[in-house]
Amino acid sequence: MYAQMVKSEASQDDPVKLAEFQARIDAGEKIEPKDWMPDGYRKTLIRQIGQHAHSEVVGQLPEGNWVTRAPTLERKAILLAKVQDEAGHGLYLYCAAETLGVSRDEMTEMLLDGRMKYSSIFAYPTLTWADMGAVGWLVDGAAIMNQVPLQRTSFGPYARAMIRVCKEESFHQRQGFDIMMKMCNGTDAQKNMAQDALNRLWYPSLMMFGPSDKESVHSTQSMAWKIKISTNDELRQKFVDQTVPQAEYLGLSIPDEHLKWNDEKGGYDYSEPDWDEFFDVLKGNGPCSVDRIAARQKAWDDGAWVRDAMTAHADKKAAAQVAAE
Amino acid sequence: MTDKREWPLWEIFIRGQHGASHRHVGSLHAPDAEMAIKHARDVYTRRREGISIWAVPANSIAASNPSKKGPLYDPAEDKVYRHPTFFNIPKEVGPM
Ligand SMILES: [Fe+2]
Ligand SMILES: [Fe+2]
Repeated sequence: MYAQMVKSEASQDDPVKLAEFQARIDAGEKIEPKDWMPDGYRKTLIRQIGQHAHSEVVGQLPEGNWVTRAPTLERKAILLAKVQDEAGHGLYLYCAAETLGVSRDEMTEMLLDGRMKYSSIFAYPTLTWADMGAVGWLVDGAAIMNQVPLQRTSFGPYARAMIRVCKEESFHQRQGFDIMMKMCNGTDAQKNMAQDALNRLWYPSLMMFGPSDKESVHSTQSMAWKIKISTNDELRQKFVDQTVPQAEYLGLSIPDEHLKWNDEKGGYDYSEPDWDEFFDVLKGNGPCSVDRIAARQKAWDDGAWVRDAMTAHADKKAAAQVAAE
Repeated sequence: MTDKREWPLWEIFIRGQHGASHRHVGSLHAPDAEMAIKHARDVYTRRREGISIWAVPANSIAASNPSKKGPLYDPAEDKVYRHPTFFNIPKEVGPM
């Protein structure tokens, strides 16, 4: 998902306190920043929320790529609004992570030097305008699938950030599907572009949920702590079952010859994505991985004088105010 | 030369259209109050969520201690008569 392969940290804490903490979570209580929490809970959450925040921010790049080339002024305004929302999502999440004792600058530096990751999906290129449709439809669709249950996560600031994010997210998916509808009802060439976008983005979208974690210790711990609500496979199945009929509506075909309805499980059987490719992308070897970090580094470096100037201005104003009192 | 100080954290409160109280909506970083309000406008009112913004420096907020929950809130537990449903008013009396 936006946070993939998050390793949980073991806790070296007092067993009595750990049991009390688990009891609070089991009772459905929210954990707030000043409450006692196991060290492992704090560290795992910093990693998870940080990665989620980075994904929102880096996720602006593949779409920002098309803002100046949107086909109409209206599409441009809509895309700009969507990309702006993603900046907001990044901010909500950075603020939630900061309540755990890490600063936003530290997290930014960890993204830039590779200690923290962002979602594999944003290491793929957006080659045509139809990709803006497919990204909104599939990528934001997959994100919603993951973020809706996270509104019930045990850490209060994270849950509240997710509630805000979810309120804004459904516009993203619908504007994407709207682009797909337009293209699928257009000329043959336009419909082919839509099919091509689906072909390229289908498996990377399935990868967003991460590899099967049924037997993963990290996943078991995170689920006990309610910082992960559903398994990767559950979410991926839900996503496939929801998306296939939508593709049919568009008259597009899912690029999977093994896709088949399974009456017994009440869902589709589908082919797994190439997990070797996924691990390689996570390591920073995706088609756009180098560009993405370079763009973030450039924004960070080029913005330094602005941040400094505003701090200097605030200092000067504060000094003038003290002098006037 | 870069200034390594991070912008301070502000807590943002927004009042909606219909006269309800300002509500805490989240936090953000800004160098001063004026910028905090500008950022809050961009981040928290893009869909007409409000018509008034308060920005409060996060470090000016005094908070109750979560470990003192018991002594602080338990006294309210045995005072059910503070709720109207404690009192049975006969049906004949009509709405009250
Ligand atoms: Fe988002
Ligand atoms: Fe989104």
